[in-house]
Amino acid sequence: MTEPLQPPPKKNPLKRTRVPVSPPGTRSRAATALAVMAAEGRFALQHCADCGRIQYPPRDLCRACLSGALQWRDTDPMGQLVAETAIRATPDTHFRDRLPIRIGTVLLDAGPSLICRLHGDVSGDDRVRVINRIDAAGQAILLALPLKEVPHMQDDPALRALSCDPRHRRVLITDARAPEAPALARALLKAGASRVFLGLPEAWKPFPARSELEDIGNCSIMPLDVTDIDSVRELAAGIGGKTDILINNARFIRPGGALARPDTIFARQELDTGCLGLMRLAQTFGRAMAARGEDGVNNATAWVNILPIGALVPQPGFGLSSATGAAALAISHGMRADMRGSGVRVMNLYTGPMDDEWHQELPPPKVTPSALARAIVSALIAGQEEATAGEIARDLHARWRDDPALAIREALAK
Amino acid sequence: MTGILAQLSGALASGRVEIVDLTHRLTPDFPVMVLPPEFGQCAPFRKTEVSAYDHRGPAWRWNEITMNEHTGTHFDAPSHWITGRDVPDGATDSIPVRNFVGPVVVIDFTAEAAADEDALLEVAHIQAWEDLHGRIPADCWVFLRTDWSKRQGAAYLNLREDGAHSPGPSPEAIRFLVEERDIRGFGTETVGTDAGQAGHLDPPYPAHATLHGAGRYGLQCMCDLDRLPATGAVLLAAPLKIENGSGSPLRVLALVEKEG
Amino acid sequence: MTAPAPYDGVVVTAPFTAPYTRFSPHPAQYWLGSALRGSLKAAGLTPRDIDGLTVSSFTLFPDTAPGLADHLGLELRWLETVTVGGACGVVALRRAARAVQTGEAGIVACIAGDANEIDSFRRLLQSFSRFAMDASYPYGAGGPNAVFALLTDHYMRKFGATREDFGRIATAQRANARRNPQALLRGALGLDDYLGARMISDPLCLFDCVMPCAGAEAFLVMSEDRARSLRLPHARIRATIERHNAFPDDPAQYRGGWAGDAPGMWDTAGIGPGDIDLLQTYDDYPVICAMQAEDLGFCSKGEGARFLASRDMTIDGDFPHNSSGGQLSAGQAGAAGGFLGLTEAIRQVTATAGPTQVAKAARALVSGFGMVNYDRGICSAAAIIEGESA
Repeated sequence: MTEPLQPPPKKNPLKRTRVPVSPPGTRSRAATALAVMAAEGRFALQHCADCGRIQYPPRDLCRACLSGALQWRDTDPMGQLVAETAIRATPDTHFRDRLPIRIGTVLLDAGPSLICRLHGDVSGDDRVRVINRIDAAGQAILLALPLKEVPHMQDDPALRALSCDPRHRRVLITDARAPEAPALARALLKAGASRVFLGLPEAWKPFPARSELEDIGNCSIMPLDVTDIDSVRELAAGIGGKTDILINNARFIRPGGALARPDTIFARQELDTGCLGLMRLAQTFGRAMAARGEDGVNNATAWVNILPIGALVPQPGFGLSSATGAAALAISHGMRADMRGSGVRVMNLYTGPMDDEWHQELPPPKVTPSALARAIVSALIAGQEEATAGEIARDLHARWRDDPALAIREALAK
Repeated sequence: MTGILAQLSGALASGRVEIVDLTHRLTPDFPVMVLPPEFGQCAPFRKTEVSAYDHRGPAWRWNEITMNEHTGTHFDAPSHWITGRDVPDGATDSIPVRNFVGPVVVIDFTAEAAADEDALLEVAHIQAWEDLHGRIPADCWVFLRTDWSKRQGAAYLNLREDGAHSPGPSPEAIRFLVEERDIRGFGTETVGTDAGQAGHLDPPYPAHATLHGAGRYGLQCMCDLDRLPATGAVLLAAPLKIENGSGSPLRVLALVEKEG
Repeated sequence: MTAPAPYDGVVVTAPFTAPYTRFSPHPAQYWLGSALRGSLKAAGLTPRDIDGLTVSSFTLFPDTAPGLADHLGLELRWLETVTVGGACGVVALRRAARAVQTGEAGIVACIAGDANEIDSFRRLLQSFSRFAMDASYPYGAGGPNAVFALLTDHYMRKFGATREDFGRIATAQRANARRNPQALLRGALGLDDYLGARMISDPLCLFDCVMPCAGAEAFLVMSEDRARSLRLPHARIRATIERHNAFPDDPAQYRGGWAGDAPGMWDTAGIGPGDIDLLQTYDDYPVICAMQAEDLGFCSKGEGARFLASRDMTIDGDFPHNSSGGQLSAGQAGAAGGFLGLTEAIRQVTATAGPTQVAKAARALVSGFGMVNYDRGICSAAAIIEGESA
């Protein structure tokens, strides 16, 4: 029985905020590849291309035939618990604060047996489903779940630590003017977020969505312009210490590439918003959040960067957006390294063309605001660091994973 | 103390001549002209700290600033507008400096602007003003006082789905001022020298088209015009010496002689 | 498979245990060298008299065996690193015996030991092996306690063994340790104490787990003639086995390499389990003692825990087992844990064990088990040695 998670009490101002201590983060190259799968929410193991043998722990060569052709493939995650223990003593500081740690040996139907963390509702000789998640060190951790959904399943501490569930958490959406803002706010609140802050740039312009947002309830619209460091700093001073999830959706989009105009004005505005804006947020909110990675039930947990899929595979006709996305992606990866160990996951969410004024002339499919919101919330709950929204992004991401050079050439040939 | 400048110095020292600041503070959230998004936009003011007595520069503080030539309280040179592109000495660096200092008259249009956001200054308004204050002298700045600078936030640009709504001169009025009164320039409290809906006038944006086509200047986004007398003030308005600049943010000051 | 050649003319002698301490500022070089000095002193030899060396240690970094030879001023013509953890005693013995037998070395010193500074155990666990670093340490950093808790849980589920069974192994060893002045843990331990102890990693409690410490062990391997001329009490080697990575497809470990190799060992030795006077199993956890009892042929599979619990495992009992108290009570000085059973067995069969001496102990079976690379011990080894009275 998982106890339902209680809303956190107000912070005790006399107590020191717990300092985040990273779980063990050193892994071999092969095991790091497992983290690549975990970041995408995939339970994948190495399959020998020559003999079919499935390997675990990750190896360099097949344990059955010494082939070097080990391929990461999605694998049947079902298995049976054959042994379990609750670790009550550990020399590691991270785990010491979380005792007891329940682990078990699961014999996968697919063959290998593996040591994994156990959900609180798994015990005995249960049949289980193993998931592969990113932990606070950015490495892969396997967790065995009950086969069937149990009450308050997501509230299990081991599972919650491997997700970025919005439940009981406070979320900042950096651009209230973006078309997806109301859908995103609604989806987050529905997922249990306790409050949604929305940053409003250029308050001197009309803001027709204000009443829609205010009608949702638990939404606070606050001045924020990511292109203005003073504005970012001011809001961070106000709510940086209570932003548990930050969703950076601030973007400036204009079609065209390097040759579209005889100037760099739009390019600079795109970069100033999409890339330098991200840096300004990182320098303020990022630091505040990284310090709150162990701050109880509503600890800071996720930073979501919404990026065009052009960040990976440049899109003809949207050269500037692709360039900005690529630059923001590099910043995002750097943030991941900087925030590593704090407990805050940095998620890249790649979108296909949005169903908005800037992609009006493109053919479908396009990403609707509610589809984007669904993609973000489900990726948060699944603790992903890499996720896509929409069919085009999913397709291009898969092509990019398969062969980046080919994916790019293919995209530019269109 | 007989020289004119010596007398001025004395008057300034004694307070008999007051210096009035007509300039808004340059802040990141001061509204700028908004155009359809596919056009290039007017960049708002931005300021980034380079150092502040810290590891980036231990004993000094300085900022890097960016903005458009038409951000904040600013000066429009003739070459800002297509009608003025061939005007001699029509850019910020070539305008004769004598034009940066001179007389200014203020037409109080506050009642009309309060009654109608889209109020247009007509020739009749000017003539009525002249009936009270005398004929507008040649080579003089004319400021349109609307108290628009007292508006905050979204009420300033007053944008609606059909565009901005703010007062300004009619095509006839601005033509009258340029052709009949030979003014040096026209100044407003609104974001431009034209009315918010001036795109729908004939010609569109008559203040810009007419003023700059005739080599005259514009001043906009000013404040505190209510502190100026209808006549008698002297304006100091010198834009930055930007090479071939179309305009420039600047500090606009007026010398006002106190009564008594 | 051809039967291995007998170890004719080779003996093992001069066992020495450098007294263990919980924490020590001394590094591994100090401990290994101290054990060597003790063994040579016991044999009346000098460092110049040995020309072969085996080294077992986890904490020698950045040195390797040649660096240690330099540090200790040893000139050698035969040098071996034996990094098989808890199996290192038997495996070092096997290597050294064949070297002496073939004339590649005259006298081989086998040494094992490790340092233990505060926090060094954590660092050792963190980087123990690649699979441990990748796939077990990040799961709570329970170290071997957690892995053996899983094995123990699996064994209990599979064979119905109880905590009481394991408790009897631990308490019997403590009773033995109370007669060993060098054991670190010598307080009385009853079954109730065991059952009431705090859990470390369920179902393992405090007394199922060894205490990491600093220390070292050493012995010498030489020709029987040489031992006689030096008038050294010595033991012959009757048979040995060694295996690595046996039964890799068992979902959880419930048997070791001995299960396949023990029959051949008994054949070579020409004796059976009933001929053994003293059993020294590798006892990092009681469940492993039970597995060894089964796999080595003392009882059938699954009966090990009950079998041991039903016997009197103390020094004076009917089934003397881990007479020095084993690692559970004497402490685990890293790789020295792989030697401790063997050095004690040499003392026993040469009647030099002093306070822990088992009466009429002529023949001992020593078993080793080591290297929890991921979820199980990889290395298994065993040796039957006997004294001159056998």
